[in-house]
Amino acid sequence: MVKTRTVEIAVGAFMVIGLVALFFLAMHVSNLNQLTSGEGYRITARFDNIGSLKVRAPVSMAGVRVGRVESIRYDQQRFQAVVTLRIDDEFNAIPLDTFASIFTAGLLGEKYIGLDPGGSLESLADGDQIEHTQSALVLEQMIGRFLLNKAEEG
Amino acid sequence: MINALASLGHWALNTLATSGRSLLLLLGMLAGLTSLLRRPRLVLLQIYSIGVLSILIVVVSGLFVGMVLGLQGYYVLSRFGAAESLGVMVAASLVRELGPVVSALLVAGRAGSALTAEIGLMKTTEQLSGLEMMAVDPVKRVLSPRLLGGFLSMPLLAALFSAIGVLGGYFVGVGLLGVDSGAFWSQMQAQIDFSNDLVNGVIKSLVFGFVVTWIALFEGYDAVPTATGISRATTRTVVNGSLAVLALDFVLTALMFGD
Repeated sequence: MVKTRTVEIAVGAFMVIGLVALFFLAMHVSNLNQLTSGEGYRITARFDNIGSLKVRAPVSMAGVRVGRVESIRYDQQRFQAVVTLRIDDEFNAIPLDTFASIFTAGLLGEKYIGLDPGGSLESLADGDQIEHTQSALVLEQMIGRFLLNKAEEG
Repeated sequence: MINALASLGHWALNTLATSGRSLLLLLGMLAGLTSLLRRPRLVLLQIYSIGVLSILIVVVSGLFVGMVLGLQGYYVLSRFGAAESLGVMVAASLVRELGPVVSALLVAGRAGSALTAEIGLMKTTEQLSGLEMMAVDPVKRVLSPRLLGGFLSMPLLAALFSAIGVLGGYFVGVGLLGVDSGAFWSQMQAQIDFSNDLVNGVIKSLVFGFVVTWIALFEGYDAVPTATGISRATTRTVVNGSLAVLALDFVLTALMFGD
């Protein structure tokens, strides 16, 4: 029979190793350390078509991630998608007339929102709405338009 | 004709009786959990024999599974020019599926069979009846600590398996095949979700640990008290335990990732 003390030490070490493994998975493998829950300020943007944009998709300016898509809902009166963006607090000088467009990472990759800064001196604050937006490019619509043009030519 | 009908009925009644007995045993063990608060040492010993003694096999197989995932994933992904996604593939398959499932299969084989043989031999040598003669409930004193020990050990072993597997995949992918180290980690962190992937993996391993230990304890407790009976019970533990883990994994996956 193994000595009591050895058992205790071994079990303690096992617990520590297991919890370290869990911690490693949480912090290093998953996105837990990137979750800035509740922090940052919210702005909304209306799009005619958001394509396959998902909640938690990145929001980037000049290629740098400045926030994430927090929620997406549908406005029944105006038949538009209302996207709430959560921008990190450090990026607090985004001009009021910024242009928001939905891009695709890679040819068939995920959708993300790109912000092009305007020239206004005032900055967007919590609760503001982006006025200028451009919808997502839907591949089927592009192909349809291309075929239509071809048909008109020929 | 009548004989075939009779044997079918016999089988059905037997199965029903067995599941009833296993459920009663489970209720007895759960009722015994409260008294364990006063004797945590019993659980400690079981965590040692189920968890600590399984570390070696879990670490080694985790390492190899991770390395194989790295190799195989690289060959498939590099064909599509997506070798940078290797980290996502390795981590997602380990955390969601392979970590909980393979470590549960290993525990069923290594610790489950040992539990069954131990309990079966206790029953054969009438140690369990001896305890009862001394007015000690063997279910509470012997079986409950083992159930709790298996339940607590399993998620830790599964996490260890996944972590070592990710490191093995990193070693092969980045060290041997030349995938970019930054892309390996950053893509992984961007794609693996804490609550969706990691927490669900832990829930899976808790369920598996519970079921595997329950099956092992029941087979031991229900074994025919002979040498052949114990050997049959041990086999049934490994077979039924593994099948239960695989079937439950399908159900849990459909529930968790089904939408």
